[in-house]
Amino acid sequence: MRELRVTPIKNGTVIDHIPAGMALKVLRILGIEEAVSSTVTVAMHVPSKASGWKDIVKVEDRELSPKEVDKIALIAPRATVNVIRNYNVAEKHVVRLPDRAVGILRCGNPNCITNLREPVETDFSVLEGEPLRVACRYCDRVLEDIAAAIV
Amino acid sequence: MASWKGRDILSIRDFSRGDIEVVLKYARKLAPVAEGQKSSRSLEGKVLATLFFEPSTRTRLSFHSAMIRLGGQVLGFSNVEGTSVQKGETLADTVRMVEGYADAIVLRHPHEGAAVLAAEFTERPVINAGDGAGQHPTQTLQDLYTIWDEKGKIDGQGIALVGDLKYGRTVHSLAYALAQFGVSLTLVSPPGLEMPWEIVDELKRAGTQVATTHRLDDVVATADVLYVTRIQRERFPDPQEYERVAGSYRVDLPLLREAKKDLIVMHPLPRVTEVDPAVDRTAHAKYFRQAFNAVPVRMALLEMVLGVGG
Ligand SMILES: Nc1ncnc2c1ncn2[C@@H]1O[C@H](COP(=O)(O)OP(=O)(O)OP(=O)(O)O)[C@@H](O)[C@H]1O
Ligand SMILES: [Mg+2]
Ligand SMILES: [Zn+2]
Repeated sequence: MRELRVTPIKNGTVIDHIPAGMALKVLRILGIEEAVSSTVTVAMHVPSKASGWKDIVKVEDRELSPKEVDKIALIAPRATVNVIRNYNVAEKHVVRLPDRAVGILRCGNPNCITNLREPVETDFSVLEGEPLRVACRYCDRVLEDIAAAIV
Repeated sequence: MASWKGRDILSIRDFSRGDIEVVLKYARKLAPVAEGQKSSRSLEGKVLATLFFEPSTRTRLSFHSAMIRLGGQVLGFSNVEGTSVQKGETLADTVRMVEGYADAIVLRHPHEGAAVLAAEFTERPVINAGDGAGQHPTQTLQDLYTIWDEKGKIDGQGIALVGDLKYGRTVHSLAYALAQFGVSLTLVSPPGLEMPWEIVDELKRAGTQVATTHRLDDVVATADVLYVTRIQRERFPDPQEYERVAGSYRVDLPLLREAKKDLIVMHPLPRVTEVDPAVDRTAHAKYFRQAFNAVPVRMALLEMVLGVGG
């Protein structure tokens, strides 16, 4: 049976298998706290066959950019991104943890050169996948709170 | 490393054991020039920019001495006062401007990662002379050179790192570099100022023998090298506590009575009370030699990255 806790959407994106509690962070990544024109539905703490509980985010009339998908991968490494066209799942992508995170995290070291007004993007290398550990390529510092560091 | 010409010297962690050995041997060849006994014009016509966004007399002067003794010229600034930096120029812009005036760039900067960033904006070799609490690779090479030059080899030495091992970037970099040689390390620090566990973990994984203690007395009789660093007053909220701790990590003549005859005492300087001046007159004292060794090591690196000699 298909789990449909909310009205089906015609076109848009369903981000599924988000770790329980992380949906609001996903909304932040998608910029949904700011002005948006599309309808967004969030289901939090939904039972999941795969892993106990999960969150789901559905955005109408919008497809995600590769950069947004990379950001989501950092906080929801098992998420799926389902592109809905005409009420059906037209594409399903499992997010993939990149080996470098360029321009998507702010360095937690206040004394890092990337926190100054320099014309560079931040650049982190992924040291370990689970739990995720990333280190700044400029100052070598391991980032403490990855979710909070997403720009 | 295939070619040294044009190479950036950013972090000691970019140096393999083979790289370190090449630099040490090269430096030894240049020691007579550094001493002023021989003269050289190998860097004639070359210009070195020393950009010091934060003052550091010793490091700057030793780079100048190295360049001048090889027949090269230096330009730059020793603090940002009155420079375009004060008007808000980015480091990226400063570097691209200086690239037009010099063949290599030495950078000291208060922010971590500055040298990595600078190197991205210029084709000229960049030498990191300290980036905040980050890296200072030429200091580490000069320390390694001192051990090698005094002892004949680094492998097999019993080396005690003493003092503030938590915040001291000098001892962190040195420890990483020593892990490439078969040394046995003893980490001697006050409670609360121990070497960070990630570093100890990495040293052990690299096969280094690591012991830790809070007592300097424990290591004096067996050590070949005592590498002493400053314990900063600021780390202790209670001034009396500071006096007590600093006192118990002080290297003086009574302590050295138990030491091996050929024990060497090193210190990155400046010292405050960690090494009693009475020690200066003993054969153990190598810290001024260590300071001098900055010159041949930096000479070697300058010749190598500028692609002359070899
Ligand atoms: N038209 C739609 N409107 C809203 N949500 C939809 C629509 N179609 C599918 N979904 C949701 O998109 C997600 C993926 O749908 P799919 O049918 O692929 O489920 P599934 O087979 O359980 O996939 P998975 O194995 O990835 O869990 C589910 O959360 C589903 O509820
Ligand atoms: Mg499902
Ligand atoms: Zn950083």
